[in-house]
Amino acid sequence: MLNIPLWRRLLIAAVLLFGLLFAMPNLFYERVEAHNDAVTAIEVFGDSPERAAARDGWPGWLPSSLVNLGLDLRGGAHLLAEVHLSDVYGTRIDTMWTDVRDALREERATVGTIRRQDGPDDELRVRISQPEGMSTALQAVRGLAQPIVSLTGVGANDIEVRADGDVLIVTLSEAERIATDDRTMQQSLEIIRRRVDEAGTREPTIQRQGADRILIQVPGIGSAQELKDIIGTTAQLTFNHVVGRTSNPNEAPGARNVLYPALDEPDTYYIVNKSAVVTGEDLVDAQPAFDQNGLPVVTFRFNTSGARKFGDYTAENIGNPFAIVLDEEVVSAPVIRDAIRGGSGQISGQFTIESTTQLAILLRAGALPAELTFLEERTIGPELGADSIEAGRIATMVAFAAVLVFMGLSYGLFGLFANVALVLNVALIFAVLSTIGATLTLPGIAGIVLTIGMAVDANVLVFERIREELKTAKGPARAIELGYEKALSAIIDANITTLIAAVILFLMGSGPVRGFAVTLGVGILTSIFTAIFVTRLFVVIWMERRRPKTITV
Amino acid sequence: MRLKLVPENTKWDFFRFARATFGASIAAVIASIAVFALIGLNFGIDFRGGTTIRTESSTPVDVAAYRAALAPLNLGDVTITEVFDVNFDEDQHVSQIRIQAQDDQESISAGTVASVEAALQALDPAITFPSVESVGPKVSGELVMTAIYAVLAAIGAVLVYIWLRFEWQFALGAVAALVHDVLITIGIFSVLQIKFDLAIIAALLTIVGYSLNDTVVVFDRVRENLRRYKKLALGEVLNLSINETLSRTVMTSVTTLIALISLIVLGGDVIRGFVFAMILGVVIGTYSSVFVASNILLMLGVKRDWTKQDPSAGTQFGNADA
Repeated sequence: MLNIPLWRRLLIAAVLLFGLLFAMPNLFYERVEAHNDAVTAIEVFGDSPERAAARDGWPGWLPSSLVNLGLDLRGGAHLLAEVHLSDVYGTRIDTMWTDVRDALREERATVGTIRRQDGPDDELRVRISQPEGMSTALQAVRGLAQPIVSLTGVGANDIEVRADGDVLIVTLSEAERIATDDRTMQQSLEIIRRRVDEAGTREPTIQRQGADRILIQVPGIGSAQELKDIIGTTAQLTFNHVVGRTSNPNEAPGARNVLYPALDEPDTYYIVNKSAVVTGEDLVDAQPAFDQNGLPVVTFRFNTSGARKFGDYTAENIGNPFAIVLDEEVVSAPVIRDAIRGGSGQISGQFTIESTTQLAILLRAGALPAELTFLEERTIGPELGADSIEAGRIATMVAFAAVLVFMGLSYGLFGLFANVALVLNVALIFAVLSTIGATLTLPGIAGIVLTIGMAVDANVLVFERIREELKTAKGPARAIELGYEKALSAIIDANITTLIAAVILFLMGSGPVRGFAVTLGVGILTSIFTAIFVTRLFVVIWMERRRPKTITV
Repeated sequence: MRLKLVPENTKWDFFRFARATFGASIAAVIASIAVFALIGLNFGIDFRGGTTIRTESSTPVDVAAYRAALAPLNLGDVTITEVFDVNFDEDQHVSQIRIQAQDDQESISAGTVASVEAALQALDPAITFPSVESVGPKVSGELVMTAIYAVLAAIGAVLVYIWLRFEWQFALGAVAALVHDVLITIGIFSVLQIKFDLAIIAALLTIVGYSLNDTVVVFDRVRENLRRYKKLALGEVLNLSINETLSRTVMTSVTTLIALISLIVLGGDVIRGFVFAMILGVVIGTYSSVFVASNILLMLGVKRDWTKQDPSAGTQFGNADA
């Protein structure tokens, strides 16, 4: 049966139309890119004649998503950084010392005198002079343990305390380590993202990879070293005295004062004292938590000197706001309700759980929490990328033309059908890649060229089969029908095996290899579609119009 | 008049020289393993760590002078190769410098790269560095393992797929053919000492897919003919099936090769190794689906009793109508 119902014809036509429409922006790459940039710029910075002109370079009602160009095509820098997660354990355990000391001093009668011992970085070792009081000591220190607030809400404590002879050892619990690792990673990602965004580059990729790695790809940047410099800069976090609040960005702040914009409130500016009360260097931790009313807050903790400075300041300024300033922007300006002694406090406000988590990250994001080692660095110059695109473009065109001629010579009219389907196939590939926001890399271009070669395979299978069926002389219509029917199983088997390879490449590969896997996979799917549905539709329409008595394939 | 690469109705006996072809394949595989063991692959920095710097200049590349300029830096093993490509302009001279992983650092330090660049700039002021890539030994070790797992996983997945769709003899034949293709490709890369990096692994996996593509088309026809000609000897069924699909096999290989050849000539030097691996794969894959996969199937034999439905036998996709 060569009948294809009307709805199916319309559906095929609709898919092809989608393909052509969504592939088209890629033909006008620069113009569409300028348009997209201008649209974003207008949203952020407002209108200007140049931006409006760039925006109008491409009609707004047409699709404007483009295939992203990979680093190897656009040029830029790629870094793979490893975060030294265990660095943080030491700092974390170190801050326990004050609390542990105070707790044990209260039990001096049974425990005796205490002395901190040297040990591995992630352990706090305390020797007590009266070993028989160890059980009391253990109990006292265990009392300091805090339940871990995590999304899973499993009731684990943050520290483990054990005794080794007359030495009491405090370590972070496994659950706390996992939670700390996760915080460290989030914090590192956040800092790196802020640093890179600040540099104002286009479409940076900053991704967590595995347990302790971060992948950073920034197109258009001069070199990996430049990128490392940006990431390496530490954030400036300060706690400042608030002098006033205004909506006028040009207001004169007065001597020894500065005007900073508020991060979350539009058109709000704070006039703050230039010299900070406490700086981020004195902050040791910040965590999302809940206050006694169950409202989300952020708790924070200073080191000893920070605690003293902050305590004195807050005691003198009850009822006044102080500003938490991050990189010359006021993150928040809470009102001081009480003198904050002891170096820890909480920031309350109209917070949600998300915003407290975010704020805690930002507060901790003052400096990178742990050292980074760069495992992989790649710099690709923009000229090399442009050369690669040019070479790829020429090679694709030539491959395309050669395959078209070859198919035409081999299969005549049917070859032409296959050729039209092949053109549509390439359009579909670009349409899908643009729509899913895939990244085109140099091996990806090779993937497309390979697809051009292989896409005709399904057609060849069908045409060869039709030739065979014609020999047994059942009439052209029946031969075509049988050809499609019998070739289907081979087409599907053959393509699924290639698809398996593409999927494995995608799962295991990274960067350019992954780009290749995506184009190969998409190419396989679109070429099955064009071979089984599109070419067949052409053949059927031709048969209906001409009703040939004999055909040659 | 149609272009026909293969005459119609061929009745060639592909198993007449089975011993010779199969023997040649086995010899090639053994030779490849030997070459790989003795010479080894020329691993790129992806797999052994180190740094590559691409230089470009308007004055010709003088490898000896470059080497002399870098010698005082004591960087250990430094390889300098001049790169040629049809796309280059008259006065575009490109070279690739590879420096081994330095003992005390994960990825090479900025200072080292800067000193290399300074040394070369002193020699040739017009020189520029279009790309600098550095991979630490930690990552490269992992990349090797991932690559091996990827190739094994692909082979395993395919083995299972064909076993499900056909029977185990087919799966073994297909997998033997593709292991043959991958090994010989690795052997040729060892002999020619072409840089073997992550992209080549991608090419190897594509070869896995392509080699199977070909084999599966032949096997699909074998299965069909086994059902149709119940009395015919297995060898004859195989021969018939290969002859029937020969035209398609050649057509597809030729179109793919046309595309790949245009890519290797015009696609630039960056992906040349990658495309070369694919070309090898297509040529060897086409050969092996005829001479390796089918030979193994012939040796293993296939259960011919299709009258009783065997639940372990392959299932066919139902006919889908467009």
